Amino acid sequence: MTANTDLETIERDLLARVGAANDEATLEALRVEALGKQGSISALMKNLGSMSPEERKEFGPKLNGLKDRVTEAIVVKKATLAEAALDAQLKAEAVDVTLPPVKPRSGTIHPVSQVMEELAQIFGEMGFSVEEGPDIETDFNNFTALNFPPKHPARETHDTFFMDAKDERGERKVLRTHTSPVQVRTMLKQKPPIRMICMGRTFRKDSDATHTPMFHQIEGLVIDETSTMADLKSVLIAAIKAYFEVDDVKLRFRPHHFPFTEPSAEVDVGCDRSGGQIKIGAGDDWLEILGSGMVHPNVLANCGIDPEKYQGYAFGMGIDRLAMLKYGMNDLRAFFDADTRWLKHYGFSPYLLPGLAQGVG
Amino acid sequence: MKFTLSWLKEHLATDASLDDIVERMTMTGLEVEGVEDAGAKLGAFTVARIISAAKHPNADKLQVCQVETKLGTLEVVCGAPNARAGLVTAFAPIGAYIPGSGITLEPKPVRGVVSNGMLCSGAELELDTDADGILELDPELKVGTPLAEALHLNDPVVDIEVTPNRPDWLGVHGIARDLAAAGLGKVTTKPILPVPGRFPSPVKVTIENDEACPMFSGRYIRGVKNGPSPAWLQQRLRAVGLRPRSILVDITNFISLDRSRPLHVYDASKLKGAIHARLGREGESFKALDGNVYDVSPTMCVIADDEKVLGLGGIIGGEESGCSEATTDVFLESAYFDSTRTHATGRATGIVSDAQYRFARGVDSGFVVSGLEMATRMVLDLCGGEASEVVIAGEEPAPPKPVTFDPDRVRALAGIDVKPTRVRAVLKDLGFETSAEGQSSKRIVVEPPTWRRDIEGPADLVEEVARIEGFDKMPVLAPPRAAGFRAPPASVGESRTRIGRRATASLGYNEAITWSFTPRAHAQAFGGGGEEMLVANPIASDLDCMRPSALPNLLVAAQRNADRGFDDARLFEAGPAYRDTTQAGQLRTITAAWLARPPRHWRAAPQPDIFDMKRDLVIVLEAIGAPVASLQTSNEVPAHWRPGRAGALRLGNKPVAIFGEIHPRALKAIGVEAPALAFEIFVDALPQPRAKGGRSKPPLEKLDLQPLSRDFAFIVDDAVAAADVVRAAIGADKALIADVSLFDVYRGERMQTGKKSLAIEVTLQPREKTLTDADIEAVSAKVVSAVMKATGGTLRG
Repeated sequence: MTANTDLETIERDLLARVGAANDEATLEALRVEALGKQGSISALMKNLGSMSPEERKEFGPKLNGLKDRVTEAIVVKKATLAEAALDAQLKAEAVDVTLPPVKPRSGTIHPVSQVMEELAQIFGEMGFSVEEGPDIETDFNNFTALNFPPKHPARETHDTFFMDAKDERGERKVLRTHTSPVQVRTMLKQKPPIRMICMGRTFRKDSDATHTPMFHQIEGLVIDETSTMADLKSVLIAAIKAYFEVDDVKLRFRPHHFPFTEPSAEVDVGCDRSGGQIKIGAGDDWLEILGSGMVHPNVLANCGIDPEKYQGYAFGMGIDRLAMLKYGMNDLRAFFDADTRWLKHYGFSPYLLPGLAQGVG
Repeated sequence: MKFTLSWLKEHLATDASLDDIVERMTMTGLEVEGVEDAGAKLGAFTVARIISAAKHPNADKLQVCQVETKLGTLEVVCGAPNARAGLVTAFAPIGAYIPGSGITLEPKPVRGVVSNGMLCSGAELELDTDADGILELDPELKVGTPLAEALHLNDPVVDIEVTPNRPDWLGVHGIARDLAAAGLGKVTTKPILPVPGRFPSPVKVTIENDEACPMFSGRYIRGVKNGPSPAWLQQRLRAVGLRPRSILVDITNFISLDRSRPLHVYDASKLKGAIHARLGREGESFKALDGNVYDVSPTMCVIADDEKVLGLGGIIGGEESGCSEATTDVFLESAYFDSTRTHATGRATGIVSDAQYRFARGVDSGFVVSGLEMATRMVLDLCGGEASEVVIAGEEPAPPKPVTFDPDRVRALAGIDVKPTRVRAVLKDLGFETSAEGQSSKRIVVEPPTWRRDIEGPADLVEEVARIEGFDKMPVLAPPRAAGFRAPPASVGESRTRIGRRATASLGYNEAITWSFTPRAHAQAFGGGGEEMLVANPIASDLDCMRPSALPNLLVAAQRNADRGFDDARLFEAGPAYRDTTQAGQLRTITAAWLARPPRHWRAAPQPDIFDMKRDLVIVLEAIGAPVASLQTSNEVPAHWRPGRAGALRLGNKPVAIFGEIHPRALKAIGVEAPALAFEIFVDALPQPRAKGGRSKPPLEKLDLQPLSRDFAFIVDDAVAAADVVRAAIGADKALIADVSLFDVYRGERMQTGKKSLAIEVTLQPREKTLTDADIEAVSAKVVSAVMKATGGTLRG
């Protein structure tokens, strides 16, 4: 009843229509038409039952082959159409990727804060803890305990701000002129050995390009039975090298006078000023960066520590100045002006944590 | 303190160069502020004399001069109108660099005539002269004399900063002594030859307060002739910035600078009776040499005659009793005034004189009479006259106390090894007497000289030896490393601040540091500004008060940025707020301010408001470990926050943070445009982290059963706080309810006036078994009843 040529014709016709189908609906209709329960191939399959065994033996495999090939062609075509449909959908849903997002919020850390954390890291590595004290201080803590006798000319060099308020001794409170009163507080509450730094706001009645009425200091104090000025020198050299991230920093220790240390030294760092900007770690010039010395026996005694038994050293540096030298700002006043242009330019990403990974510490 | 190199060399024989001297001064503790060597750039120039000047053959305004120079007679072309035969002037040879014009001379013909050098004007040499034409020098000068020498510019001036402990360095002699001890040469100060008295002093002296003035010496000199000082003395004073006045006054100034020994000289004819050193009396006043009239007080030491106050002892003399050209008889004063009182009087009167400066720091108590003798000798030498016997009241103050000293302290304290013999030698060079304490002791007894009242104990002696030996001898050791466990190096508050600072910055705020001061009016607008918080001596009237909060300063700064055209400033500060002047009154805060600009974005974005601040605040609080879930939100806020648009997060009764809008009235008071958003965190109001259990965390609870959620909407009065609904729902079944979040607020047509609908999503976390419908019904009923009970609301149908 059906010749081989008929099957070939059917196959050619179906495959051609599968190839021509350009959407999934057409393809599905075609599948139903050919392979569905009422489909043309299904009808032929049903016919097999009425054939003689010889006919069936010859015709059966051919018909199965036809069915497999058409099924396969439809599956392949379906996958191709699905890909094309997805591509079309994606193309239709494309946006202009150059449009701006909601403006990113980029905040910054003030250089003074960054430098304070760098210093805490550096001195922390050397076993210093961080102590604190208030900005409004007693005259005793700021001066008298530190061996500034009342009415002594040395007090004048500090351009002190006084409060109207008085302390329990009846003396006017002061805005601390240095972070040294934290030494006094620490010695009064803690027995040696003491190994601490403190950082914070300090105040002097002074204002020009390099002085502001408020600035920041770091103070260091070590009290034990054996520390010498050579230890002081060694700690400062290590700290300054770590801070400026250069290995060949030259430091010069010059004798000086501070009421609270004896002997006392000012420390200069070697620098180069030739380019209009100060470069640390090069050149033949010197720049004073800190004051230091062996804690005066009177200071120890004033703070309840036996000067016959204990000794130690102290040092103090301007943090704003250190920040300027390392990061290249040249006007101190801008530090406290809260100009967002300056804060964004000189500020640090909050993710830039001082530490070994960032090169400091 | 300024001095010239030649002045120093009168006291110090040294071959050292100026640079070496300056270097050694620096390393000995004499801080050199500057060296002025005006002659250094004049090295190529010498004195020359014009023999003849003739008109240039090819130029009207030029002359061709024959000039006698140190190189012989040379032909020089000159354009100056004052070039003339016989003029002594400055000559620059070929090759010289002319600083004023920046050129180096070459043998170039000028209009056909070769000029073998140049005759120079003051401007060409950068000298401070206003005359036109070439220099006109003293005709007596020898040809070939270096120009620097001819102009007295060959003596470099050194300016040093003298620390308050070393008044002896306020005299050139004292500087020379330290430099000699430091190995730079030998002290060559000429000895003082006392002048024998010819007659008893007709002026007697008495001391009425020997604490204020322990010693007063003087002598009468008659028959002097005052007038201008000789050139060398004038030059010396001028070089260090003092104006010469008359011989008598210049002598006192000279000795003050040479020996740090202030003196005073009275016109004896103006004195009535004896001279008294006493305390001032109420109502007394005098006209001082500076032309001002000063009232004296009983705390001040005055010098008076029998009738009136003549001056303030050790500070300033009176105009009336001062010397003039007509003075013939004088009374010279060399006294010792108490340093503390002199300092206080200087501050009270505002007088800063060379004498006051020295006495306030303490002069050499052993040099009172020697200074008088030195001055007498100079007066007789320069003004003639005849000196009386010396009159002295009181006595020399006791020398500084001896110090028992173990030379090994130098090593123990300064870390420098110095042999005991060397220790004694250094101290001796500095004027200390040393002797062994005893045969069996290695300690020595050190007697400080009378000019070293700063020496109190062994540490001072260590410094003397160490600085003369050189701080560069201190060895550099390996820096220490922290060993083993150490407690966290910073306090909890400090650590939280560091984290909070970075969290806030990561939310887009720029950290600022603003003054601890604020104008009082601003402080008052932000809950502060009390009398107690005022600075007594502010640097400016708008920095007169300690800030009660960082808010006003940050807001003003944000406005300043906006005024510059940079709006939308988001600033924060991790800094103090001052509530009172005690330590506890200084609060550690993280304060943020945002003058939000209406957002413009191609996708519509809402205007930032209190809830943006609240979100930022909660992020920061969580970062610093605040128990955010336990914080209660309240609408009770200080008066500078906007009522109804600001809230406080409290822990119990303690506010941990405040957020929202700033009150328009407060903004107006500080000149900032509304609206302004802000938050303020009080870091130390947070509870301390738990001490027990260390850093270990509880095991993770990971339940296999899936959570499910149910939504509820309640109709409540408008005044009901959303937080109350959420809290009631959470509390309905603590075992099952894992979370409640509010996701809708509805007010409108479908709602009665004064009512609103709040919708919440309740998340249930089954723990032991899957929940049945009945279980879910039961917990839902609990939620509804808890919310209704707490808020009076009803379930929305």
